[in-house]
Amino acid sequence: MELPNFSLALPEIFIALSAMALLVLGAFRKQEATQGIAILAIITMVVAALLVPAAGGNRAETFGGMFVVDGFAVFSKLLVLVASSLCLVMSINWLVKEKLERFEYPVLVLLATLGMLMMISANNLISLYLGLELQSLALYVLAAYQRDSGRATEAGLKYFVLGSLASGMLLYGSSLIYGFAGTTGFDDLAKVLAHGGIPVGVIVGLVFVMAGLAFKISAVPFHMWTPDVYEGAPTPITAFFAVAPKIAAFSLLVRVMVGPFGELTAQWQQVVIFVSVASMLAGSFGAIAQNNIKRLMAYSSIGHVGYGLIGLAVGDQVGIRGLLIYLAIYLFMNVGTFAIILAMRQKGRLMEGIDDLAGMSKTHPMMAAAMAIFMFSMAGVPPMAGFWGKFYVFMAAVDKGFIALAIIGVLTSVVSAYYYLRIIKVMYFDEPKEALDRGVSGSLSFIMGVNALLILVFTFVPSPLVSSAGAAAASLFGG
Amino acid sequence: MIQALVFYVFAAITVASGVMVISARNPVHAVLFLILAFFNAAGLFLLAGAEFLAMVLVVVYVGAVAVLFLFVVMMLDINFIKLREGFLQYLPIGGLVGLILLAELALVFGSWSFAPHAALSVATHVPDLHVVTNTDALGRLLFTHYFYLFQVAGLVLLVAMIGTILLTLRSRPGVKKQNIARQNARTKETSVELRKVPTRGGI
Repeated sequence: MELPNFSLALPEIFIALSAMALLVLGAFRKQEATQGIAILAIITMVVAALLVPAAGGNRAETFGGMFVVDGFAVFSKLLVLVASSLCLVMSINWLVKEKLERFEYPVLVLLATLGMLMMISANNLISLYLGLELQSLALYVLAAYQRDSGRATEAGLKYFVLGSLASGMLLYGSSLIYGFAGTTGFDDLAKVLAHGGIPVGVIVGLVFVMAGLAFKISAVPFHMWTPDVYEGAPTPITAFFAVAPKIAAFSLLVRVMVGPFGELTAQWQQVVIFVSVASMLAGSFGAIAQNNIKRLMAYSSIGHVGYGLIGLAVGDQVGIRGLLIYLAIYLFMNVGTFAIILAMRQKGRLMEGIDDLAGMSKTHPMMAAAMAIFMFSMAGVPPMAGFWGKFYVFMAAVDKGFIALAIIGVLTSVVSAYYYLRIIKVMYFDEPKEALDRGVSGSLSFIMGVNALLILVFTFVPSPLVSSAGAAAASLFGG
Repeated sequence: MIQALVFYVFAAITVASGVMVISARNPVHAVLFLILAFFNAAGLFLLAGAEFLAMVLVVVYVGAVAVLFLFVVMMLDINFIKLREGFLQYLPIGGLVGLILLAELALVFGSWSFAPHAALSVATHVPDLHVVTNTDALGRLLFTHYFYLFQVAGLVLLVAMIGTILLTLRSRPGVKKQNIARQNARTKETSVELRKVPTRGGI
């Protein structure tokens, strides 16, 4: 038996070893080492991000075909690593201010990131499940991290119970697929299903797998947990939830649907279209009545998932490219917005109400401007990047003749513009009851500034993102 | 001949202890009968040539699960008489559910057929079972073909452990603990104080 090609999984191996080393370091140095460990974890992610393109841009498999690397994986992994490291940067300040320094926090974030990378590279139903479980288990614990707060433990428990249910559905679907197709490998599945005469059991299994993955990206009708968990979990963790796991689960969904089940496009397309339309509607109408900004962001993320799913519903290379561009822009908008939410403090306490933003334009003009940029971008107002994200997805839908889908998307964007613009109105025109604290930490202002700049610049320099997303999507269809 | 005899002994004891598990009045006895049932089931696996399953049954189920049950039963003061109330009342429904499950199992086994490609893709990795024992075969598969999954499963368990410790371990100051090193480091000077006590004065 020859050795598998370890170099393809170099970023994953590096992260796993660093996480274990940091765990040992933390166990010896106790809680005062938390900040140092968090910084080391960020460095680990940066190094891993440098290793990802080196590990492989061409499609290659290792570990007996369980693990695949291609251009698509490289693109998604870079997005996940950027999201995780930015969230960790935001967390350091929060951990210190809330006096919750525990060295397990950065280690768990690192292990969750590792699970996401494994999900993205999964090429077998078993490695898919194990990567997903590694990621989810770490996230359940992180949701309940503030264990003395009732809301955080509630969020953690809710997420755990519902997440386990979703994992169970995914496993059930996988077992059906294995039973009827006789294999768990994606390549073999594609071969078996290409013969035609697809048994009903495979389709039932596929629907269950989709349900499990739809839960992880919080798409309707599996979105019920999102507002409660986003509200209850600590804010930097919410920021992490809102971006990194969604990107990973989206990549996994795309890989599963386009790869092994590419032959069944007609079957899964209708499900994806339904989920997409329902998510857009629930996201835009559900957020209108919210007064807590974290709940609002939860509904907003459900809506964004719906827009992204349009790209998958189209199911061709252009659609997947649109989805990848959307995810990248979504990442920067969301991380920036959460940096602002983390900077909303009154007398040292974190505020979460939308009313608390009142008068921000006078006390923090730069922060208000950044928030306005993010909100305009999320609403899809033209000069911002968010408009282009929607543009590429909708254009892909129109090209393929999904005109109704694109129209619903545009209409729900208009509805959602109401609550994004309401935030801007509160910031610029409402009188504050109590001003927010001055003196925002350097790391948060840096994240806000950079993300706002990226969103503004994208309109003028779109080619790096668009061409790399195009190459990533092409690698998925090239094989 | 001897094999058949051993089989019937193991099987009879397994079934009998299974019945005792659900009918014993004392819950501790019920758990002990459960352990007996596990041991005899392990014997049955051995007869079938699945020695790995036999070992796992003893190590995992007897060693961990059943002992855990025993601890739970003994530590928690659950009123089992209360739980048992209405047993006869639910018997018909329970029996019906059991019968339906039995019928379904019979249907499934009656019409069992493998997917046409299943045998092909499974057979490629398994070593020849006539040459190696099944523990050996499992080990070879696990550490070669499924090496990656084995490692990831280890990481999942590591996360579970970190999570448990993170969410439950509390450092409680003021709890008196024994510190052997400190005890041994004590000298007469640090622990004994000699005072001159004046007559009728006290300290």
